[in-house]
Amino acid sequence: MSASTFRTAEPVPASTRAGTQIRLSNVTKDYGLTHPAVDDVSLTIEPGEFMTLLGPSGSGKTTTLNLIAGFETLTTGAISFDGVDVSRLPPHKRNLGMLFQNYALFPHMTVAQNVAYPLRERRMSKPDIARKVAEVLELVQLTGRDGHYPAQLSGGQQQRVALARAIVFGPTALLLDEPLGALDRNLRATLQLEIRRIHREVGSTFVFVTHDQEEAMNLSDRIALFNDGRIEQLGRPEALYRSPETLFTARFLGDSTVFTLSQATGTTAVWEGEVWSVDSRTVSGLVREGRPAALVVRPEDVRIAADRDAVPPDANCAAAIVRDIEYMGAYRTAMLSLGGAGNVMGRARLDALESDLRIGQPVVAWWRVDRQRVVAG
Amino acid sequence: MPGLLRRLRPRPQWLLLVPALTLLAWILLVPLGNSFLRSVGNGDWTLRHYESLFTDGVTMRVLVRTALTAAAVTVIAFLLGYPYAYLMTRVGPRMRGVLLIIVLIPFWTSVMARNYAWIVILQRNGPVHSFFELFGLDVVLYGTVAGVTVAMSQVLLPFMVLPLFSALSGIDRRLLLAARGLGSHPLVAFWKIYWPLSRAGVVAGLILVFTLSLGFYVTPALLGSPQQSLVAQLLGQRTTLLLDFSGAGALGMLVLVVTLVLVAWANRLGGTISAIGVVAAARTKDQP
Repeated sequence: MSASTFRTAEPVPASTRAGTQIRLSNVTKDYGLTHPAVDDVSLTIEPGEFMTLLGPSGSGKTTTLNLIAGFETLTTGAISFDGVDVSRLPPHKRNLGMLFQNYALFPHMTVAQNVAYPLRERRMSKPDIARKVAEVLELVQLTGRDGHYPAQLSGGQQQRVALARAIVFGPTALLLDEPLGALDRNLRATLQLEIRRIHREVGSTFVFVTHDQEEAMNLSDRIALFNDGRIEQLGRPEALYRSPETLFTARFLGDSTVFTLSQATGTTAVWEGEVWSVDSRTVSGLVREGRPAALVVRPEDVRIAADRDAVPPDANCAAAIVRDIEYMGAYRTAMLSLGGAGNVMGRARLDALESDLRIGQPVVAWWRVDRQRVVAG
Repeated sequence: MPGLLRRLRPRPQWLLLVPALTLLAWILLVPLGNSFLRSVGNGDWTLRHYESLFTDGVTMRVLVRTALTAAAVTVIAFLLGYPYAYLMTRVGPRMRGVLLIIVLIPFWTSVMARNYAWIVILQRNGPVHSFFELFGLDVVLYGTVAGVTVAMSQVLLPFMVLPLFSALSGIDRRLLLAARGLGSHPLVAFWKIYWPLSRAGVVAGLILVFTLSLGFYVTPALLGSPQQSLVAQLLGQRTTLLLDFSGAGALGMLVLVVTLVLVAWANRLGGTISAIGVVAAARTKDQP
């Protein structure tokens, strides 16, 4: 067996991680439609990394995963595992674990038979199979369910069986195709923790596809945000959230208040007659003179003041009217309409001092210059 | 009895069964009971009619021939029907409709028209004979068990295709992707995943076609020969020519028991009664 042999119990230190590097070079998948499903994507997934392919439906993230798995064939480009070109290899020779949204458990086999399936396909001896199955069922906390059929298990348990089956043979990498999509909110949270724990313990490369940005930010070492078959932005979750390069990224991850700028330079931004100061470090490198640009602010960075005199000097501000107040449990959010025309909707997370707002009240929304971001689009 | 009575406690919806049960009682149970009574001597209580089935030297030969013919028809229908049903699950809705119509054409054709068409096709100097003559062979299927088998396979193909299609279209194809991802060659994935999941449909189709073949009458009577008759012809002979209702009753009972045993066995192999039920609604007219 290779270095990626599955292990249990003691966590693998990051330095000796057993994962595989997956490299996509100029990968294109064209079904002959108006636009390629995956359009010249290059991406290197590091050994042991938890990489999430995030994006709306039709953005190419699932097609990319299927290309890595070998279920789809490349139109152009190449895919390699640890430097070995696998572009022409059929799925059953790629040695990948795969987790599907619908679990894809074999209904006519018991839990133990399902988990043993990849081992039997690899001609492992019976005692070894029994030992491995017991080990991995313990890892996913399903000991004692060996003899059950999938239909006798809950959704969460089924997905644990699928997870056990996907990692039991020490795959090169684990591909997860929206595995939590069919589960309810609480179960999702539990299984997210589970997946992270197993990623730490197994130490192999995980490629996770989801359209859920919270899930992506929760789980990932890095996120590749897909849009229209291309990678819109690649980076750590905090980087995507705090420093989006484009309007698409800003809108897709978290809530944003978006001001479409009529003019943007390295030092000022103009919106509806307001001239705001700009810190050049918060301007995306993709912003070009004369091209559309937008200023975005996160709800947690927007504060409310009674009038402009109350706004600190290192802040930008805009006139606003409180349209609604949402109670979120831990905090409340004000829905604002901003500017003279009031046609920009914004959100501000309220703190205790701002609790006496009334709906319809004219206020001033402000945010610190270093908490805003100027993006392309 | 109280336990049974409690379980059978009348519920209003049971009334919906009354018309069907009344009809069944008159057209099935009464004649069946009648046949049974005649087969055991009509009040004299004797098993000699059953004994003679095994000793008359004809019945057993015909039964074996019938069983072999039915088995051949079943195998042919399966070999044609499985790929056909598989194809039906892989094409678009429009093409699926076309395929369904093609397989159902024998249902919609008059029994006589269909059988005489087969006579034309299979007889001496017919297209099949001419085709084999190209290779210097003198093959006349008309009047042979082989000809009967071919014609019966055509008629019974829907009974194979429909339960198969119903079973195959219920199989999640992503399971095949999962199996390939786990290291199975596509053919292995088919054998280990797809085939076992299609088994209920396979059993339903096999049992349906086999039991229906056992009772075929018109096709063997028209296309076969009296020297190589099948069990339904034997029954016809005994009732209409020999007026041996007791012997016919005994033979009928034997065939009925064999069929019921087969159906019960099939049901144990995996919930096939419902699959059979769907298709049995469209039972062919080619029955005695």
